[in-house]
Amino acid sequence: MSTLQNPSPAPSPHFPDLPRADTPKRQLAHPGRWISAVIGLALLALLVRAFAMGQIRWDVVGQFLTARVIIVGFGWTLLISACALALGVVLGFAFGIMRTAANPTLRLAAWLYVWIFRGTPVLLQLLIWFNIGLVFPRLYIPGLIDERMVDVITPFVAAVLGLGVNEGSYLTEVVRGGIGSVDRGQVEAAHTLGMTPGQTMRRIVLPQTLRLILPALGNSAVGMLKFSSLAATIAMGEMLNAAQRIYFINGAVIELLFVCAIWYLAGTTMLSIGQFYLERHFGRGAAGSEPRKPWFRMRPRRAAV
Amino acid sequence: MSLAVKAVGVRKSFGSHEVLKGLDLEVAYGEVLCILGPSGSGKSTFLRCINHLEVPNSGYVWVDGSIMGYEPRGGVLQELPVARLRAQQRRLGMVFQHFNLFAYRTVLGNVIEGPMVVRGLRRAEAEARAMQLLDQVGMAGRASSYPAQLSGGQKQRVAIARALAMEPSVMLFDEPTSALDPELVGEVLEVMRGLAKGGTTMIVVTHEIGFAREVADRVLVMIDGEIRETGKPEQVLSEPRDPRVRTFLSRALS
Ligand SMILES: Nc1ncnc2c1ncn2[C@@H]1O[C@H](COP(=O)(O)OP(=O)(O)OP(=O)(O)O)[C@@H](O)[C@H]1O
Ligand SMILES: [Mg+2]
Repeated sequence: MSTLQNPSPAPSPHFPDLPRADTPKRQLAHPGRWISAVIGLALLALLVRAFAMGQIRWDVVGQFLTARVIIVGFGWTLLISACALALGVVLGFAFGIMRTAANPTLRLAAWLYVWIFRGTPVLLQLLIWFNIGLVFPRLYIPGLIDERMVDVITPFVAAVLGLGVNEGSYLTEVVRGGIGSVDRGQVEAAHTLGMTPGQTMRRIVLPQTLRLILPALGNSAVGMLKFSSLAATIAMGEMLNAAQRIYFINGAVIELLFVCAIWYLAGTTMLSIGQFYLERHFGRGAAGSEPRKPWFRMRPRRAAV
Repeated sequence: MSLAVKAVGVRKSFGSHEVLKGLDLEVAYGEVLCILGPSGSGKSTFLRCINHLEVPNSGYVWVDGSIMGYEPRGGVLQELPVARLRAQQRRLGMVFQHFNLFAYRTVLGNVIEGPMVVRGLRRAEAEARAMQLLDQVGMAGRASSYPAQLSGGQKQRVAIARALAMEPSVMLFDEPTSALDPELVGEVLEVMRGLAKGGTTMIVVTHEIGFAREVADRVLVMIDGEIRETGKPEQVLSEPRDPRVRTFLSRALS
């Protein structure tokens, strides 16, 4: 089996100059990293200087950062995003499961949904939801509801529907892909245990799908927070809309836009942190289940397995 | 001896490729049948037809009093709704070559899943029974581990416990040791030997000819989708009549 003539056990006398086992080791210096760090810091300093000396009144930024209107607007931004994301996730799972159904009618219905709502701009959809009263002046469901559409579809409802239904069409494809990449063997094992399709879906497939699509859901949440600013166009008083109303009056355009930028960044940062812990929580039991380290602790990361 | 499994003229094609060419088989309760044959001869497909993971193109399999997936009704075999098929399938325990453990459930979670979800047992009851089974396969000490933390042999023993937890009338094994490192094969075969001694009805697809010789009541050799020879292990393995079986065995034994 072996072609080695002599698997010599001890350091042989032929190499008397080999170093001892406990000889200290020195790590490779990475001068490139130091140089790039210095260049990066210098560029950053220039950028900060440019903005500090530019035509921005930072005191105005600071003043409006915690202004009541802005905070209330940010509250609306968060509320719209949360509701729309929740709606998107529900629709995404519902239609994503339908996309994998054995029943061809269900598959076609889900395909149509994706085709329409992924195929048109979300801003256009927002405007259509907002003006849906032009098509259906009354919302009438016998025994449930009978009202003028404009009273039902407030800007808030239109924003949540527009953003949520659109997001749902993306998530449908994400969920379908997630379901498709769940290990077939585990599904067959569930069948041999006698689990019905519904039980298999709930107990085996969906929990794994959720884990698989968690990074994509994180993206959706971050994207949703930002896309909610589109609701400003349909007179929804979320943060961007509030900022616009202020700068139409006081003319501090760039200052108020910066205020918004700061709040959006704060929001998306919180979401990223939340996503990290969610992914780590759901990573239990996965292959090589050593928990990931948070990036903000600046520990060197291990290479992925 | 009464009949546990009876396959009647089972044919299966994938596209134009006929993998099973009309197989008949009878297995009695308490019997251990080992299926041998070269790679690609259709052994896995046959086993999967027995528990209806694959649907035969024609012919059928009768298990434990009913026809898998169908009900004879007015001269035709009426396809059963999926819930009733699953109720039939749970009478057959299946052990896969690649274990197919539920990756995000602990060892104990894997074993109690079927009893709790399908048989409706309470958690305490399911766990007590699961621990007995895990003890039987020597895995009680690892009940709270996840599959990714186990060796192949350990995974397969858990998979056997999971199948047994449904209290099946027949156990099916599809090359349970083929994905294992050689030093881990023994521990799994030991568990299977124990089951055979305990009187479990077993159909085992395997390449372990030594195991077949020692444990099987009957050996069956499949080549190219046909049953070429079946009989007592000493007869089939030592003095096969069919020349193709002889060639296969002499290759497999060398
Ligand atoms: N789902 C499938 N689709 C198409 N062809 C298939 C499928 N499953 C099996 N086959 C083909 O059927 C034939 C028999 O496969 P099978 O897995 O039953 O063989 P086997 O005897 O179990 O072989 P091995 O010892 O390698 O496991 C092979 O030619 C295989 O390519
Ligand atoms: Mg096989």
